[in-house]
Amino acid sequence: MEALLDLLLVAIVLLNFFVLGTSRLRAVIRAVGAQGVILGVLPLLAHGAAGPRALLVVLPPVLLKGIVIPAMLMRALRTAQIKREVEPFLGFAPSLVLGALGMAAALALSQQLPLLPGQRSGLVVPASLATVLVGFVLLTTRLKAITQVLGYLVLENGIFLFGLLLMEAMPFLLEIAALLDLFVAIFVMGIILNHISREFSDIDTQHLSALRE
Amino acid sequence: MFALSILCPLGLAGLALAVPSNRWRPWLLPLAAAANLVLTAGILRRAGTFRGAGWVALDPAGALVLGLLAVLFGVCSFYTVGYLGHRQERSNRVFCACLLAFLSLANLVAWSRHLALLWVALEATTLAAAPLIYFNRNRRSIEATWKYLLVCSVGIALALLGSFFLAYACLHGGLAPSLHLGDLLAHAPRLSKPWLHGAFVLLLVGYGTKMGLAPLHTWKPDAYGEAPGVVGALLAGGMTSLAFLAVFRAFQVCAAAGEAAYARGMLLALGLFSMAAAGVFVVRQRDIKRLLAYSSVEHMGVLALGLGIGGAATAGAFLHLVNNALAKGLLFLCAGNIHRAYGAKTTDEVAGAARRLPLSGWLFLLGLLAATGSPPFGPFQSLFAIGRAALEAGRPWVAGSFGFFLLVVFTGMGATVLAVVQGPPSPAARSTAYRDGLLTGAPLLVFFGLVLLLGLWLPPPLADLLRQAAELVEGAG
Repeated sequence: MEALLDLLLVAIVLLNFFVLGTSRLRAVIRAVGAQGVILGVLPLLAHGAAGPRALLVVLPPVLLKGIVIPAMLMRALRTAQIKREVEPFLGFAPSLVLGALGMAAALALSQQLPLLPGQRSGLVVPASLATVLVGFVLLTTRLKAITQVLGYLVLENGIFLFGLLLMEAMPFLLEIAALLDLFVAIFVMGIILNHISREFSDIDTQHLSALRE
Repeated sequence: MFALSILCPLGLAGLALAVPSNRWRPWLLPLAAAANLVLTAGILRRAGTFRGAGWVALDPAGALVLGLLAVLFGVCSFYTVGYLGHRQERSNRVFCACLLAFLSLANLVAWSRHLALLWVALEATTLAAAPLIYFNRNRRSIEATWKYLLVCSVGIALALLGSFFLAYACLHGGLAPSLHLGDLLAHAPRLSKPWLHGAFVLLLVGYGTKMGLAPLHTWKPDAYGEAPGVVGALLAGGMTSLAFLAVFRAFQVCAAAGEAAYARGMLLALGLFSMAAAGVFVVRQRDIKRLLAYSSVEHMGVLALGLGIGGAATAGAFLHLVNNALAKGLLFLCAGNIHRAYGAKTTDEVAGAARRLPLSGWLFLLGLLAATGSPPFGPFQSLFAIGRAALEAGRPWVAGSFGFFLLVVFTGMGATVLAVVQGPPSPAARSTAYRDGLLTGAPLLVFFGLVLLLGLWLPPPLADLLRQAAELVEGAG
């Protein structure tokens, strides 16, 4: 179980690097979706729980992050007829370097934060912080509005991952509320995305530069 | 009482979606505001009996924000009716519903005694405000809404991570993890220190983004610049107050854990930086609404600074919260009227407002004096209290830079506002039919009256509330 848990955490980190390094937008959406699914399943492995209650915890995030949101983004991609490339503001190689630096920073930072002896994997905190940082890199270095949404999703994934440490102890009300919020936020962003593409005929945030000092 | 204060505006929001008439729908706002005001007055009168142990309860800080919002929304609601009367070409269905939903959620934030509930409610206010900023539906407002949503969502996401850190600090300290403020405060000394520090940083950055502390303020000038004036008033006076309450909650936990010094250092740094950044951007700012946004960045800096200095400055910060909301209400409503009358909002095209719009023009000038801390207005009292507390706390450098930044902002804002108000009406300006009317004029006078009143006389119940709110972190006595 623990080996598998660590393996999945490594997969999440690898997906981070994939997202930073790939140029195809569809692939990025799929990768972020896959990351969401892995995250959704993790609680089962971390706590070995099964039964209807566990299903209740696992199913909503898997459905939302793995299917609903990627489908929404794919649809946006089709209807807005966005060019299917990522168009980074910062090249792919520097992004990857930034991602690697982020990973190192996350490892260093998590050294400062003591873990309870009972926690199953020491990788949860660094993986979570690294994912948050990758989300930031995506948010700040990509031009298209849709990629910024993806950055926000990766950031949320990182935060969700941290929740794993608390999953046993906290009421999952918290999780449900967070997911609901995520859904609404993505929904609202989707609407705005639509308006942007209608108004500017594509969703490149370079158009969004009338307001500045 | 609690349920009513949440459900009454929410129910009316639902009703607003159902009302077919674009002309009559906005009247739901004063209706909701009046009901909310009466209800809130009743609640505050019996505030002591509402301190429960559940997820919702009212402590003095929450009560202060609840009351403040009731007044702010109350005055703005009448203005909104007038404003929407001038905008009959556009459907106000979503606008009215979102305003009412915003009021309901804002009340929930004030009542929250649980940090997860607080987080959800505050995030929901962010989302409810997005359609308000987008009301004009043009390219610039899309851009502003997009930036606002993205930056604030990221901020609020970090605040969630901070809340998680706090829960883990409980777990690591050998406590049952809880985000209930009562539990956290009661067991604060046992919280794991490294996790608590991490939590405070994340909560300050997260909720600080929503407050608009520099360098996390980037959404603010755009959102305030493009939103209707009344939305600017509600965001600058209301939403920032809610976010400050959230930062205050995080500080409360730190203070109870004996880590106030750690938190204060960061609040001081962010506060001074915000004031400095605002100073840089107000100078030669030609857009009046963006000018007000930077003034808001400055005032948020003052709030952080007040909390960071501590002692008498804490009560000063709470007083400044009230003053800021009233002064910003006045200024944004004036700016909204000027914008409407000229069809423009930069000093390139707007001049001579005092002649063309005597009421809005003059009150804009007086509002400037109020907001920048000139006597005899309310903000003078709170700024003076904070500055004096800094000196008394033996921090002459803090007090000195505080005064210096205030002066820079005063000069910068003064230049722009005088250019707008003085002189002959500029020939470049388009002529519009707008003149100050009862509904768009009287609310200005109410705000002006209140901000003047607070400078001359502090009502004893308010003074009590301020003292009690400050005692939450400063210890009794």
